[in-house]
Amino acid sequence: MTDVLVVGELFGGQLRRASLSAFSFAKTVASATGGAWDLLLIGEGAGGAAAEVTGFGARAVKTAEVAGGPVAERYAATVAEQGKGYGVLVATASAFGKDLMPRVAAKLDAGVASDISGVSVEGGKLVYRRPMFAGNVVGTLTVGSAIQVVTVRQAEFEAAQPTGGSSPVSSVSIVADPAAERVEFLSYEVAKSERPELTEAKTVVSGGRALKSAENFKTVLEPLVDALGAAMGASRAACDAGYVANDLQVGQTGKVVAPQLYFAVGISGAIQHLAGMKGSKVIVAINKDPEAPIFQVADYGLVADLFKAVPELTEAVKKAKAEA
Amino acid sequence: MLFAGRRSATKEMRVKILVPVKRVADPDNANKVKISGDGKQVTSQGLEWKLNPFDEYAVEAALRLTENGKTGERIGEVILASLGPKDVGQTLRGALAMGADRAVLVEANDEQLDAGVVVDALAKLVAQEKPDLVLMGKQAVDGDSNQSGQMLAEALGWPMATFAMGIEVLDGGKALKVGREADGGILTLKVTLPAVVTVDLRIVTPKSIVNHKTPADHAYSDTARYASLKGIMAAKKKPIAETSLAKLGVTKTPVLTYAKFELPTGRKAGVKVADVNELVTRLRTEAKAL
Ligand SMILES: Cc1cc2nc3c(=O)[nH]c(=O)nc-3n(C[C@H](O)[C@H](O)[C@H](O)COP(=O)(O)OP(=O)(O)OC[C@H]3O[C@@H](n4cnc5c(N)ncnc54)[C@H](O)[C@@H]3O)c2cc1C
Ligand SMILES: Nc1ncnc2c1ncn2[C@@H]1O[C@H](COP(=O)(O)O)[C@@H](O)[C@H]1O
Repeated sequence: MTDVLVVGELFGGQLRRASLSAFSFAKTVASATGGAWDLLLIGEGAGGAAAEVTGFGARAVKTAEVAGGPVAERYAATVAEQGKGYGVLVATASAFGKDLMPRVAAKLDAGVASDISGVSVEGGKLVYRRPMFAGNVVGTLTVGSAIQVVTVRQAEFEAAQPTGGSSPVSSVSIVADPAAERVEFLSYEVAKSERPELTEAKTVVSGGRALKSAENFKTVLEPLVDALGAAMGASRAACDAGYVANDLQVGQTGKVVAPQLYFAVGISGAIQHLAGMKGSKVIVAINKDPEAPIFQVADYGLVADLFKAVPELTEAVKKAKAEA
Repeated sequence: MLFAGRRSATKEMRVKILVPVKRVADPDNANKVKISGDGKQVTSQGLEWKLNPFDEYAVEAALRLTENGKTGERIGEVILASLGPKDVGQTLRGALAMGADRAVLVEANDEQLDAGVVVDALAKLVAQEKPDLVLMGKQAVDGDSNQSGQMLAEALGWPMATFAMGIEVLDGGKALKVGREADGGILTLKVTLPAVVTVDLRIVTPKSIVNHKTPADHAYSDTARYASLKGIMAAKKKPIAETSLAKLGVTKTPVLTYAKFELPTGRKAGVKVADVNELVTRLRTEAKAL
């Protein structure tokens, strides 16, 4: 029997959808081991957000209201205190989860299974699967500490659906941490976008260095993105060059996506990029170099100059959508 | 870029920075790693060893923080620390050749290490060296764990700024303003030293680091520096102190156990389409994705 505590991430006073992947993990582990799962919402607006999450089947919802931006030092002591007595503490491997959870683990002397892609119960033990070496190896891992800390890969754990019921909500007290006194939250600049989130979209269109400028991302790629109702992504080279925000980087060290349909436009297909999109159901590559490595993983490859092919494709997609 | 414009008058500031570095199998050949017959080991035989790229960026960032980028004058100390087998020394020489001052090598084999053990050893080194700042990679690209920096900060009771893409020295060297790559955008923190900072890819962009010693108009290249011939010669004489887990007093043992490794199910190359029309037709009728 393993009880699981999920740490839910808040943004703008609401639960981030990314956290629903951690819910799924918790449900799986609780049901496979005959345990229960609880949810801890921590951050600004935790109390208000609780109402949204009482219908997912958690045994209890706990809220820890902490004002100001997400700063791990302000959360870790409270999460660790609440985590005592659980077998597993889990969050989604977003920047928030990756930042906070190892810090919590160190407080509890717990081992961390980061960014896992799967979990099973074997001989009463939790066994985790996780991609390593830019996704070129899958490791099978057990964690020997009394409490185990886990972050889950959003693309590999489907978002949990509400199941009804009404979890009781209570607030917990905040534990002070001296480290928090030496860190000050200054700002959190978030780019607003009407498009779906990269990690949740059914279709993703990513552009690479070949787009050559921020302007071309807007005038050449964005019309295709919008015709498809897709999210926009990018390679590291495009982010580094400032064509798009860093947060759109797909890859080993950026976002991992697994949409129904992925377009790699003017992207060579370096292993670090493939690590973030190989799990997509259907991959389309547009590249003028027939030898580009991206074609080795693409279901459909179009050898063409993107500046000609993308506008054509945009029109064709619009037409196809109009007919459908 | 991030912090352009602000300059405060500061006195001479000498920071001591510890940079933990790991050597990894050449990440650009990650698709050539193999699994041993019994599935118990990842074999990187035949692959070249490299400094973990994020650690190389941490070394670069540490150098930028402790120099006048224009004149090359050094104004602080950069100490490297690595846990691994003895021949990690070669990788350390490479980082010393970039300009780091000295190194500590903690001899250990892979079976003795997991993040908890690494962190315990690094914490003990911090107690000995008393740096103002621990600057390290956000993740080692072999294990892709992204946890050691956060755990070290907690073990030390220090504040941290993870996934840094910009650093400005504040308050005459007593604090840092750090821009972090967070979900959806950039989150900026001020941390009072001593602290742990883990770096992300963009920490090596031309204006990523403001130390108020390098003139504001100075722009770095957009990657980590290459070792100069002079640097390589100088590195031969720089000290690499050797120690061990036992000598440091590390008593922790690994709690993470990898029972087996597998290769992922690969994807096969599909078809090349002749033109946009064929692509759209196939996406609609064959893949049913449009
Ligand atoms: C530590 C580390 C981490 C990294 N993490 C990531 C990561 O998370 N994500 C990531 O993406 N990368 C990552 N990288 C970088 C990666 O190794 C590659 O450098 C990067 O993905 C290359 O980006 P690109 O494909 O856009 O550019 P390039 O490799 O320059 O490819 C451009 C492609 O565009 C094609 N092209 C040019 N002009 C046209 C045209 N007019 N029409 C059609 N095609 C054209 C070219 O044939 C070429 O294939 C990482 C690297 C390191 C060292
Ligand atoms: N064996 C090691 N020796 C020195 N530093 C290490 C070692 N392993 C990890 N690190 C440091 O911890 C960072 C994060 O690693 P990881 O948590 O393993 O992804 C790396 O970028 C290094 O700075």
